[in-house]
Amino acid sequence: MPRPRLRRAARDVSEFEQLYREVILDHYKAPRNHGLLDPNDAVAEGQNPLCGDEVTVSVRFGPGDVIEEVGFEGRGCAISQAATSMLTDLVKGRTAQDVAAMPKDELLDEIGIPLTPVRLKCALLGLGVLKVALHRAKGTPLPEEWGASANEINLA
Amino acid sequence: MAIGTAPALDAQRLRADFAVFEELFDGKPIAYLDSAASTQKPRQVLDRMRQFYEHEYANVHRGVYRLAERATEGYEGARRTVAAFLHAPSEREVIFTRSATEAINLVAYSFGLDNLGPGDVVVVTELEHHANFVPWQYIASRTGASFRHIPIDDHGELQLDALAGLAAEGSVKVVATGLVSNTLGTVNPVEQLAAWAHEQGAIMVVDAAQAAPHRTVDVQALGCDFLAFSSHKLCGPSGIGALWGRRELLEAMSPFNLGGEMIRSVSLDRTTFNELPFKFEAGTPAIAEAVGFGAAIDYVQAVGLEAIEQHEHALTVYAMDRLAELPWVRVFGPPADRRTGIVSFDVEGVHPHDVAQILDWHGVAVRAGHHCTQPLMSRLGVVATTRASFYLYSLEEEVDRLLDGLHEVKRRLG
Repeated sequence: MPRPRLRRAARDVSEFEQLYREVILDHYKAPRNHGLLDPNDAVAEGQNPLCGDEVTVSVRFGPGDVIEEVGFEGRGCAISQAATSMLTDLVKGRTAQDVAAMPKDELLDEIGIPLTPVRLKCALLGLGVLKVALHRAKGTPLPEEWGASANEINLA
Repeated sequence: MAIGTAPALDAQRLRADFAVFEELFDGKPIAYLDSAASTQKPRQVLDRMRQFYEHEYANVHRGVYRLAERATEGYEGARRTVAAFLHAPSEREVIFTRSATEAINLVAYSFGLDNLGPGDVVVVTELEHHANFVPWQYIASRTGASFRHIPIDDHGELQLDALAGLAAEGSVKVVATGLVSNTLGTVNPVEQLAAWAHEQGAIMVVDAAQAAPHRTVDVQALGCDFLAFSSHKLCGPSGIGALWGRRELLEAMSPFNLGGEMIRSVSLDRTTFNELPFKFEAGTPAIAEAVGFGAAIDYVQAVGLEAIEQHEHALTVYAMDRLAELPWVRVFGPPADRRTGIVSFDVEGVHPHDVAQILDWHGVAVRAGHHCTQPLMSRLGVVATTRASFYLYSLEEEVDRLLDGLHEVKRRLG
């Protein structure tokens, strides 16, 4: 089980302030890079099966597979939406290959709040969806938890 | 609703049966408002299971020694308890399963694969739990049958005027619905639907997981053909549920799981199946869990289903009145007199996960999410709701703590 992570000492800080840090609330209330890009080079959407939260991420590349622009939309909790907003700031100007190989901890360190296993899924939803978009555009590896989800019931 | 004559239920006294309420979270007992997901367990159930494991345990049915006879008597006694609880004509019609979900899958596979095809229609509801939705969607896709739903109105109640249109789409073979919605608490008109299903020549499959722990469920009065429920939502252990089915249908159906216990004889090129209910119980069952399930039914019946229904109704009225004081809270579903002790709501501008997180810091346990009812979430225009649900040990002061927590949610994030 992943250990809750803390950027700073939790002492003298309420549970609310530990989880809903000012920077988290700021990204939640005023998300960066919000809205889907048109035109774009790839779009992907994903849901958190635990709660139905949705995130859609679109990307546009510059020369050398560098992520020039990234935009997202979503419906979800403060953690999932703030984490995706912070992610978009983190990946701009980096190559698709670099971001596809980005370890979860890099984003989690940036978020810097204690996360239970359930809330971890909220925080990592956007990263997973972004990696699917990169896979579609550039053939980079899929995150392992998204790899085996090809089966479906389709009555349409 | 049979309210008014039942003896009152003393929730405060019953709480002494549940050790979890002795534990303090930040100095207070947990306000456990998530019984629709799973209930807490009373000592009577746990003691019975321990007694069984220590003094009555062996594998069931085939041992000739006395200890095995005790085990078989415990297991089969639980089956008789379930049958009586549902007012089933015979205990041979009661099949122990792993869960209500597995019970529905048993019907979907065993009845569905043999009896459905192109031109046939399977009807579910828009507010169905995925457990009584996805199996039918899957079996429809496997067999070429159509998969249709009864829509709901803005109160979260089934729109029965849609039935005529559904009947016109083909030969309706299966009607599957919950007796009580796990998300909205809506009580569905199963008697009426069963009568309609039989007019079409269809079977009526009822998911009673949210009903059987809270109100009297009588399979003969409902007029259904199959009914599923689980132990863990009824003060019993997880890992066991039950399916009741009409004998003639069960006898005509193919088996679901195959292996030991469900056979009469096996040779290299031929196997014949056992009689009911064993035909549908391959493998060593959850023996002590069945005994615990029976003890849980005894416990709930001793408290009294009418008293439980009345207690939960009073809490629901109180909760809905208090929530109505908050203009920034929207409650989903029908009025209190047409629902059970389940209240789903939305806090304006705050995601249910964040609501539940802050409530937890107040020692209030609620559920946040889609409650395995994503088609219903789409209909309500949300991705998730926050749900409070009550049981025989729930208290009015827990509703007050919920309200205090919601004010904090609004102050912090609203």
